[in-house]
Amino acid sequence: MSKSRNLSAVALLLALTGPAQADRFGLGRPALPEEVAAWNVDVAPDGVGLPEGSGSVEDGEEIFSANCAICHGEFAEGVGNYPKLAGGDGTLDRDDPLKTVGSYWPYLSTVWDYVHRSMPFGAAQVLTVDEVYAITAYILYSNDLVDDDFVLSNENFLEVAMPNADGFIVDDRETTELPRFSQPPCMTDCKPEVKITMRAAVLDVTPDEGH
Amino acid sequence: MTDRPGAPTRRGFLKAGLAGGGALVAGGAVAQEPDPLITEKQPWAQMWGDGVDVTPYGMPIEYEADVIRRNVGWLTADTISSVNFSPIHALDGTITPQGCAFERHHSGAIDLPKEDYRLMINGLVETPLVFTYADLERFPRVNHTYFLECAANSGMEWAGAQLNGAQFTHGMIHNMEYSGVPLRTLLEEAGVKPEGKWIYVEGADASSNGRSIPLDKALDDCLVAFKANGEALRKEHGYPVRLCVPGWEGNMWIKWLRRVEVTTEAVQSREETSKYTDTLADGTSRKWTWVMDAKSVITSPSPQSPITHGPGPLVITGLAWSGRGAISRVDVSLDGGTSWQTARLAQPGQKMALSRFYLDIDWDGSEMLLQSRAMDETGYVQPTKNALREIRGLNSIYHNNGIQTWWVKANGEAENVEVS
Ligand code: HEC
Repeated sequence: MSKSRNLSAVALLLALTGPAQADRFGLGRPALPEEVAAWNVDVAPDGVGLPEGSGSVEDGEEIFSANCAICHGEFAEGVGNYPKLAGGDGTLDRDDPLKTVGSYWPYLSTVWDYVHRSMPFGAAQVLTVDEVYAITAYILYSNDLVDDDFVLSNENFLEVAMPNADGFIVDDRETTELPRFSQPPCMTDCKPEVKITMRAAVLDVTPDEGH
Repeated sequence: MTDRPGAPTRRGFLKAGLAGGGALVAGGAVAQEPDPLITEKQPWAQMWGDGVDVTPYGMPIEYEADVIRRNVGWLTADTISSVNFSPIHALDGTITPQGCAFERHHSGAIDLPKEDYRLMINGLVETPLVFTYADLERFPRVNHTYFLECAANSGMEWAGAQLNGAQFTHGMIHNMEYSGVPLRTLLEEAGVKPEGKWIYVEGADASSNGRSIPLDKALDDCLVAFKANGEALRKEHGYPVRLCVPGWEGNMWIKWLRRVEVTTEAVQSREETSKYTDTLADGTSRKWTWVMDAKSVITSPSPQSPITHGPGPLVITGLAWSGRGAISRVDVSLDGGTSWQTARLAQPGQKMALSRFYLDIDWDGSEMLLQSRAMDETGYVQPTKNALREIRGLNSIYHNNGIQTWWVKANGEAENVEVS
């Protein structure tokens, strides 16, 4: 009896002196600076994470043509089902808006970061820092956002204005939808008549073999 | 003519119709002739079956060969950054077997041995840490069952009925029991600094898919999982380690999880700006729409799972789920939403997990416009597609949780339709 009381007193003392310490298991090992540097390459909208470097529209055109155009087109206009990276200005409030870097993307950092880490598709992470600056400059140029003599660098990066920077709002379903969709549901005589307005078999786009 | 897998054939219908019709006498089945399956000795009753070890790791029996994931070729440029769909029309219960649980990759499913797996925690922490897979196995473990729904599930249906099958309209979902370590445990091991407000999580594959998650959610219920349904994660679901973000859109459930960075702000990666944002009719777009709202679908009868037995007892069944908590009730309508009856939940709803519902009816053989409507514990009621469109317009790609209608005809075939 007294023994277990002593034990819980010790536990209580431990909990009072340092819960954070007590929660640690001592597993894993400290990450080395070289390791963090190798993986911690994401770039934030305020430019944090952006390495020193620069690249011109002119160089970008050539690099883009060699590495990207086969899927995204010479002018970043897209090939087949591959994403279009340019165009679509003014289409966001129309049917089938065309969302591209120029018409939709709110931050230039996202372009730099994504191209740097994830493209070219199938051979990611082969581009040098300067090449990524040049490609980013070229994508801006393809969207008529900079002139053909433009050079993008870590210095002027934050000066580039993205047309749809203010086009986003934070999820507002809590006020615009939840009150409306949290009413007791109708159970009988919910509508005067029911008509079929559209049929998938009429617009049959279901895969035939399915694979 | 070969039978098309997954879809009922004309011949299949005729056969089924004949059998059903022939046997239907005065509300019950009466045998006309002795059934040879009973009166004649069958080979399986006389000879050996397979010995143990014939299939050291079993696959479903050949007769179930059409219960498989399928993709829709025209949706994506190739199968490397693409998606396929779980065969929900043919499953029952709530657990999705890993082998047919839908896949979504942005740069293909990679081959990452456990021994080569590393997880880094860095950013605003007291000690940036690296864990091996073996390290992760030494932390206290928990088990939870969660659904994962792609935000684009039913996305092809925004402008109207398109794809003819529950697998294609609602199959970007799976539900598994995960075993793993709470992300909170790992973050506490590194020691989150007070300035930390977000985490950025990233995968090891070439897409380096990364998403920002508020620290509150990370510390609440995010799970670093390495087992699903009792066994190792499948390669296509992130072997050896993936993140679970309960109730939130599937894209955030980073596969091949390699890094968790504590930050002050959202990174605004491509997957949270260019994609997974919802454009409204006026051209502005919602971002950070992480929660998956309550939703349901009747999985059978449905276009790929027609009624083949004629009038009489009919099991109507489906799935319901909510990212805001447990499913509390599901109603079913046979008449396109004019009247509703409450279905039976197979088990009490579980938070952020699939619920199975049943409505057992005596079908009179007439046409039905079948709908299901889910309610969750917060009182949210699954809206109609038109109610969603009134608020969001037609150009959203993601988060379509509107009520689905199947038009079941007198012959038992079903079709994806929209009703007034
Ligand atoms: C083999 C075809 C291919 C090549 C080559 C390629 N890409 Fe891509 N790119 C893709 C695919 C596929 C996606 C979509 C990937 C996804 O959704 O996960 C994509 C996406 C993108 C996006 C994001 C588009 C959006 O709207 O979200 C950008 C930007 C991009 N690529 C830039 C580049 C650049 C720059 C290069 C050359 C360095 C390049 N790509 C080379 C196929 C390619």
